[in-house]
Amino acid sequence: MENRIVMRVEQFLQDSSHRFPTKIAVVAGDRRLTFKEIDEASDRLAAVLRRHGVTRGDRVVIFMDNRWEAVVSIFAVLKAGAVFSPINPSTKADKLAYLLKNCRAAALITLDSLLSVARDAMAEAPSVKLAVVVGAADKPALAGGIRFEDALAGPGAAPMPDAAGVDLDLAMLIYTSGSTGFPKGVMMTHRNIVAAATSITTYLENTPDDITLNVLPISFDYGLYQVLMAMQVGATLVLEKSFAFPQAILNKIAAEKVTGLPLVPTMAAILLQMKDLRPGAYPHIRYITNTAAALPPAHITRLQELFPRTRLYSMYGVTECKRCTYLPPGELANRPGSVGIAIPGTEAYVVDDAGQRVPAGTVGELVIRGPHVMQGYWEDPAATDRALRPGPCAGEKLLHTGDLFRADEEGFLYFVARKDDIIKTRGEKVSPKEIENVLYALAGVREAAVIGVPDAILGMAIKAVVVSSNASLQARDVIRHCAMHLEEFMIPKFVEFRDALPKTDSGKINRRQIDAQSLEAAE
Amino acid sequence: MQSDIEQKIRQFITDDFLFRVDRTSVSDAESLLEAGLIDSTGVLELVEFLQNEFGVVVDDAEMVPENLDSISRIAAYIKWKTA
Repeated sequence: MENRIVMRVEQFLQDSSHRFPTKIAVVAGDRRLTFKEIDEASDRLAAVLRRHGVTRGDRVVIFMDNRWEAVVSIFAVLKAGAVFSPINPSTKADKLAYLLKNCRAAALITLDSLLSVARDAMAEAPSVKLAVVVGAADKPALAGGIRFEDALAGPGAAPMPDAAGVDLDLAMLIYTSGSTGFPKGVMMTHRNIVAAATSITTYLENTPDDITLNVLPISFDYGLYQVLMAMQVGATLVLEKSFAFPQAILNKIAAEKVTGLPLVPTMAAILLQMKDLRPGAYPHIRYITNTAAALPPAHITRLQELFPRTRLYSMYGVTECKRCTYLPPGELANRPGSVGIAIPGTEAYVVDDAGQRVPAGTVGELVIRGPHVMQGYWEDPAATDRALRPGPCAGEKLLHTGDLFRADEEGFLYFVARKDDIIKTRGEKVSPKEIENVLYALAGVREAAVIGVPDAILGMAIKAVVVSSNASLQARDVIRHCAMHLEEFMIPKFVEFRDALPKTDSGKINRRQIDAQSLEAAE
Repeated sequence: MQSDIEQKIRQFITDDFLFRVDRTSVSDAESLLEAGLIDSTGVLELVEFLQNEFGVVVDDAEMVPENLDSISRIAAYIKWKTA
């Protein structure tokens, strides 16, 4: 193990298992697993994947909620030399089928409770040769599938040859909403992930003494990296499934003496609504991070009052490079509206339409350079060429984030707006087009537009504006239809019926005008 | 036989949450969280309903799954609060 170069993501776990074999790596519900247990379990599952035909470069979809089996699955896929793709467990069968077909997944690892959705999707995706099912130990063997529990009970696996790959190999495909309404698979190599995780754990000053509590879905890169970074530094990860009962999470934070708490603004808003939260009640929380959207300054102030010994990091990122910027906590008082500077080892700056750097104060697009920038979108060269453009060095690809920013005189960056119509709700990116596509499939919907409306808790709430030819169609019919086809965070909160929608000169529905009308109506 | 309290809770959950998911019924003992019926904003709506409907004050410390994660648990909690 001495003098080993960390090149691949599975080494995070292998090295921590070597250094801290008996230390608790994951706490999930009543289960507590050591690094060695996670390492050995993932060796066994990797061997089973290999035996069932998963080979180097194959894509394996992990379709489950936050649980220890998901951590084992991620590392097992990597140890098998394959590429993991985490999918939100509230994804419906038709979209899951689209994703399985898009990446031509070789295998799927899922839960017994999601099996009916998974089966429907797999029926349309012939590439999927194998399903591994968690929680089916007491059920009859699944046709063409294996039980997760059986995979782990097998004989100790022979060590995987370390030569299974190098850091240029793909490690992960993570899907993100695209403005076309079809999700795009962001391709991340081992090198990309190692670079991003190393940079982030450096500025957060993570150590093996850290205990992070993650309630964000592991299908979301912010949640996923909590897993990867804890395994990298040898910290303990407390995995929770939901923030629905914040007091239960606070009780867990106290019981486990949590030191790191990643939040999105929606969770911060919910915490701040709690009546009995006392300043200084959780002195062991060393840091709180926020990303996905900016915290309102009033929330920053209140969080600092409630957690006076905690450092608060405002951050900004896009899935295409994981994280772009962070604000060193010492700067928060001076620049509460800033998302800071480029993360260590990377560069972030603002350019005009011609790609030239703009002076301080001028609004332009944020671009990113560094080893964390994605390889492109899976089998989508046109979208890849729009996002990755030639950079300053020969052969280099510069990431265009699609977000408008400005910098102050000291170089600190401020988010201004998105260039496209993507809505940020509960910290997740949502494509209005994807929801509109679903709305058009509902009988009676003649025209549909989806916009975001400001919401104190959600950041933006999703609103569907619909022209219906069916007078009996009601808001709850629309919401129920969406619930059958979309992930939870995409389901509209509000539905408005209109006689007509405004159009552009070319006859397209003018979403921006609807947006403006909706804002006026709210004032 | 269901009590009046249980019926009111069931009605609220049917009217406000059930139509958001692809199903038509929920049993008294079923976890609302596991069933995907409530999320963090749903819990806030539920608490507001309980406070308005039954005149109780839900303390933060009581906003835990043990009290609020199924129709029977909510009913037992309300009976305890109003006893």
